[in-house]
Amino acid sequence: MMVRRLNAALEEVLREDPRVVILGEDIADPYGGAFKVTRGLSSAVPERVLTTPVSEGAIVGLAAGLAMSGYRPIVEVMFADFLTLAFDQVVNHITKYPAMYDRKVTCPVIIRSPSGGHRGYGPTHSQSPEKHFLGVPNLLVVASSPYHDPLVTYRALLRRDDPVLFVEHKLLYAEPVVAPEDGRIGEALGREESSTGYLPTVGISWVPPEDCTVTVVAYGYSALLAARVLERLAIDEEIFGELLVPAQIAPMDLAPIEASLSRTQSLLTIEEGVTGWSWGTEIAQQMARRQFGRLRRPIDVLASASAVIPSSRELEQRVLVGAPEMRSRIREAAR
Amino acid sequence: MSEHSTIRPSGFVPAASVNALRRPVAHHEPASSEGRRVDPRLMGRPDEAKDERLYRRMRFIRRFEERLLGLFEEGLLNGTTHACIGQEADCVGVIGLLRPGDHIFSNHRCHGHYLAWTGDALGLLAEIMGKSAGVCSGIGGSQHLCAEGFKSNGVLGGTVPAAAGIALAMKLSKSGGISTAFIGDGTFGEGVLYETLNIASLWRLPLLIVVENNGYAQSTPIASNLAGDMTARLEAFGIGVSHLDSTDVREIEAEGMKLVSAIRESSAPRALVIDTYRLCHHSKSDDNRPEKEIAERWQQEPLGIQAARLSDTDRLRIDHEVETAIDEVVETARALPA
Repeated sequence: MMVRRLNAALEEVLREDPRVVILGEDIADPYGGAFKVTRGLSSAVPERVLTTPVSEGAIVGLAAGLAMSGYRPIVEVMFADFLTLAFDQVVNHITKYPAMYDRKVTCPVIIRSPSGGHRGYGPTHSQSPEKHFLGVPNLLVVASSPYHDPLVTYRALLRRDDPVLFVEHKLLYAEPVVAPEDGRIGEALGREESSTGYLPTVGISWVPPEDCTVTVVAYGYSALLAARVLERLAIDEEIFGELLVPAQIAPMDLAPIEASLSRTQSLLTIEEGVTGWSWGTEIAQQMARRQFGRLRRPIDVLASASAVIPSSRELEQRVLVGAPEMRSRIREAAR
Repeated sequence: MSEHSTIRPSGFVPAASVNALRRPVAHHEPASSEGRRVDPRLMGRPDEAKDERLYRRMRFIRRFEERLLGLFEEGLLNGTTHACIGQEADCVGVIGLLRPGDHIFSNHRCHGHYLAWTGDALGLLAEIMGKSAGVCSGIGGSQHLCAEGFKSNGVLGGTVPAAAGIALAMKLSKSGGISTAFIGDGTFGEGVLYETLNIASLWRLPLLIVVENNGYAQSTPIASNLAGDMTARLEAFGIGVSHLDSTDVREIEAEGMKLVSAIRESSAPRALVIDTYRLCHHSKSDDNRPEKEIAERWQQEPLGIQAARLSDTDRLRIDHEVETAIDEVVETARALPA
């Protein structure tokens, strides 16, 4: 289960790297964090797992000071909705220090934060606000993924010096993590592709990629939903798509998308964040520029409605991207 | 390749890195960044009488700032700059108490702090002139400086938690260092300050907050900016505060010494609130304070107070040495390639 894998990954990096310090609200035992990702850590390494007051701006700022002093802070922001309270630190401090001081310092802060809806938490505890962080110069935005081993991801991030925002969709916590093995993910074909400097992208398909007629790009929980939809479409309707799931959503490794698109000639992007000015529109722009003459149809971008996320489960479903829209849009894009 | 793949430290050990902090302790003698030579005409020789050294360093900062404003008039500089004319005693009095392994986080008005810590006039001037020989290669400019044990940023508030984080690193690594944050009265409007004061006190971080209260946040007088009492706000977090209404560098140094010693002994934050006055504009040509008020404050300016402790001969000698050294810095900086 994702929550246990994340928990184990954090414990592993805490133990193997004495520079790692974990900070966040309510993260200490016995509570162990609002989503239990940090359960047991404060008991295992008490001096480097610090539960903090409710002060997102300050704790992310503290992490900046730690990072510039040679530590590797990992900060939990309890809900991604609260990331706005630390936005100044990310935009005007953490991502600027190394560049504006001409590389005299590094500021490798990792901020991890549970994101996303589908649980009826309502307007301020359900958002996927990572879109507001995409394109911040020098910031890596990473999304937890059902197809990426979190320990591998954390080790890769700790080898680099970039500031990182790591969003963890809440609905993935209870899902298994299955990385590709011997060319397969369960019943599907699965493989990792990566370009230098990027975390790998996982490609999944139910027939060989050459036989797919649409490329679907999605991350986080949307990737899991898209995989389920694509599997049904393959079995029930013989519609075959190739799903690409990046862990690193900004800056994007565009090479796997371009390679897939050159085969399928059709692209659909899916994200849970609100529509417009989004992750998908950026990919669409990049791919339109690179593949314009070879596209079979316009690139399609699927995102949630530009609206607050209602608490009512029924109303929430009308706002957030879900399996039914994915199904119809993939069908359309696969033609 | 990702653009991120190019972001690699060039073998630089972060200023307050865990090991760098375990260094022996001595009265602060500036070791300028990147091996730049520190000019004793600007910073004084180790054997110089303390009153002379304090005056010399303030004179250095004053004349640097005045020359800088002159270069602006000449059109040689771009953007803006925030001079600290009138506040030199804070820079020199407090920073002289710090030692290698300590850290200073400054703000938009950072030239005096930087010069008092590093003595690096050429690196700073080249930086403000946008030249590649500048301390941050011309990228940071006036408000964004970095040297061993020193950083500044031009956004108010957010530097304070970073300074507290550096203090936390010092505490975790048991380095014995002190992290100092220079803020002004304007920063008391920023919420993250209070979040940080709470954590710094709660976790007993070796943090020194120096408040340079010059009475104006840009153009707005403190009476229109601040409810209640600045000292009481700090004390409300259980932080020991010393409050001085002074432009006397000796007085500031003596009070600062008590706080620095207390922090080193107890590993708990302290604050020094210094009521001072900015004798120049906020940035450039944006001063609408009453002329009479400014004229009165010139009667208490810090160099005058300290000069009274020196003989005329010594004062004139120091003035001359500082002037000659700054002339050379300006000429060298002018001749540097872009």
